[in-house]
Amino acid sequence: MRKLIKWIDDRTGLEKVIRSALFNEIPGGAKWRYTWGGILLFMFAVQAVTGLALWMSYSPSTRSAWESVYYIQHVMQLGWLVRGIHYYAAEAMVILVLLHVVQKIWFKGYAKPRELMFWIAMAMAFVVVSFSLTGYLLPWDQQGYWSAKVRTHIMSLSPVIGPYLEKLTVGGDQFGHHTLTRFFAIHAGVLPVVFGGLLLARMALMRRYREQASQEQNHSNTAESSFWPGQALKNALTCLVVMGFVLLMTLKPQWFGFTHQGVGAPLAAPADPTDLYAAARPEWYFLFLFQFLKYFPGEKEILGAIIIPGIIVGYFIIMPWVAKVRIGHYFNILVSVCLLAGAGWLTWTAKKGDAANANYIAAEAQAQMKAIRAVELASGPGGIPKEGALHLIHHDPKTQGPKLFATHCSSCHRYDGHDGTGNSVEDPPSAPDLKNFASRTWLKDFLSPEHITSDRFFGGTAFEDGDMVGFVQRKVTKYDDDEKLALERAIKALSAEAGLTRQAELEAQERELIEQGKEDLGYEIGCSDCHEFYFEDEDVDGPDLTGYGSREWMIGFISDPTQERFYGENNDRMPSFLKEGILNSTEIELLVDWLREEWYEPSTQ
Amino acid sequence: MTDGVQPPSGPDRRGFFRGMLTIITGGLALLGPIVGGLALLVDPLRRKGKTSEGGFIKVGQLASLPGNGAPKKFDILSDKQDAWNRYPNVPVGSIYLRRTENDQITAFNIICPHAGCFVQIDSKKPQFNCPCHDSQFHFDGTKANPDNPSPRGMDPLKVEIRNGDEIWVQYQNFKTGVSERIPTT
Repeated sequence: MRKLIKWIDDRTGLEKVIRSALFNEIPGGAKWRYTWGGILLFMFAVQAVTGLALWMSYSPSTRSAWESVYYIQHVMQLGWLVRGIHYYAAEAMVILVLLHVVQKIWFKGYAKPRELMFWIAMAMAFVVVSFSLTGYLLPWDQQGYWSAKVRTHIMSLSPVIGPYLEKLTVGGDQFGHHTLTRFFAIHAGVLPVVFGGLLLARMALMRRYREQASQEQNHSNTAESSFWPGQALKNALTCLVVMGFVLLMTLKPQWFGFTHQGVGAPLAAPADPTDLYAAARPEWYFLFLFQFLKYFPGEKEILGAIIIPGIIVGYFIIMPWVAKVRIGHYFNILVSVCLLAGAGWLTWTAKKGDAANANYIAAEAQAQMKAIRAVELASGPGGIPKEGALHLIHHDPKTQGPKLFATHCSSCHRYDGHDGTGNSVEDPPSAPDLKNFASRTWLKDFLSPEHITSDRFFGGTAFEDGDMVGFVQRKVTKYDDDEKLALERAIKALSAEAGLTRQAELEAQERELIEQGKEDLGYEIGCSDCHEFYFEDEDVDGPDLTGYGSREWMIGFISDPTQERFYGENNDRMPSFLKEGILNSTEIELLVDWLREEWYEPSTQ
Repeated sequence: MTDGVQPPSGPDRRGFFRGMLTIITGGLALLGPIVGGLALLVDPLRRKGKTSEGGFIKVGQLASLPGNGAPKKFDILSDKQDAWNRYPNVPVGSIYLRRTENDQITAFNIICPHAGCFVQIDSKKPQFNCPCHDSQFHFDGTKANPDNPSPRGMDPLKVEIRNGDEIWVQYQNFKTGVSERIPTT
């Protein structure tokens, strides 16, 4: 071993380098405030290690970015841990580089000859923030996508070069594959090199200053010690504490105000350019800027987004010179404190505003549900198709049904009293409420004299004074006990026509009752006076009850209710959605599956 | 520091103690990222390819196979899992099928047992030819040239005729470069 070390040392002189690094004299001895270099280097190493591991599993394209991150987070071993550390260490790093700059100002760390150190600290802060800005988009989830949209928009506001800058960053006119490949190359290629360079420059300068300081003090009264082990131990302890926090955030993000479920970093639903993400907010350390921009409406946005931040950054750059003027240093401190307080106040205002904003809270809750649903679908039996996870969501009745219903049906129909998505509608309904349509409970209420003319059923329709209502009000009202039992069986039989999965078990148990009900439906109750039911009859004009409420029946009905099989000429106001090209067949199927409550649910075991 | 009151060996021993503590502390701090990173890195090792479980795949009809013993290439269609993506019914490999006397059907995996290239049918001679390292095989799968670098003949696959004229094959890949046939999928 010793021989090997000597062999290497003879050829490289490495021992001397390591020795001089470890036993580099620190004037004034080890201090906690000298741990900055160590902690920044440590965090950079952590991000490099976790980043490299993530890189090996990540795929930057619009159809694979979210999918590969989902795979890292939910399938690969300890993927959630690596991603969590990477994510929360990035947040910790933002705090650290900011404190680093503040500390330099406070302790006059920019005084001659250390101006460069100060600017390096500032450059580091910029690089770390750039890491976050680019990294945030990489999972290609709703959160990252809509945040990046705002950022590239802000970029486009810059005078003259703005639009070109935006186009170059985005890699085209619209967000797409090249946005990801570019962001990723900057994040994993350009920025690490720049940050590594800054760290090296910082170390080199630090050594120079220490040597100068040692010579000036000439080993005088102050105690002196080498880097190893005093300062090294302090550095290591600092790293351990910061890492402890990062791990705690990874394991218990909810303790730190994160709202997503589970451990590790959040992953919203896949980016969907057609689905505005109302819960979009920047990372917490940009909330102040988000809030600040609210005060610069319209054309003035450039003032808040570019000019004022630009002036502030410019001022920070000239701080070392300002400090040369009498009380200049104290003025710098005052400005920094005011800016920090201002940013703090803006962050607080933004948080408070969101907490009081019902729309935001609802959007947030919905975003969480969508995120969970996306993972459910991706881990479902069909897996993720080559079109990507967004395809799964766009073909999921549970998520698409409510939206389609709200857009196309809720002007007349309701779903459990609302528009499908949970929002109330001002106008009263003018067509039946379709929640539980064709189920036993729905039919039971429909066929009851108290309910049929309510606005849950035929109240607002052309059928309010029609034969069906007449039948229920004149006949059903007078039913004796036997007839009531027959009606109950007929309802079970009619509901069985729908073949609803959620009634399947019950229907299997009551097969005989249902068979009996089919008979009752025709003769005892007399539905066949107006409706066809397993026979053809040209004289009746009510909708065909064969297969009533089944998937095929509903698709046919929505496609064209004016078919003879349904309302024919008696159709009220319902459009022929397929025939008139309002909905395509996929959309109708999604709507029907949603109304029938038939979609993929993961088993609860 | 109050070194004065320490015994002479004090600073040294304390230095050693501090050094150890530094190494332990630093190691602890790096533990999470390194363990996590390595676990993620070696994740593929714990992922086994789908075992065939004696699963036969339908590849074609008897009628599409000439009776003269000339091999014909068929694609194997199956569901494929590629990390996060699942592709239903896509080509996952190819085989050669040939029909000899008495409707005897033989199947070979197209992959050369030497280094994993795809073996072709020679355009002049009745034999298989690997374009990579010049392995040549007879149509019965045995090695044809003396300087054949392959450690074994071509890999035969089990064939079944079902429903009269459907050819079903138990598709398997084998480890290349060794003389033994070790299934990998």
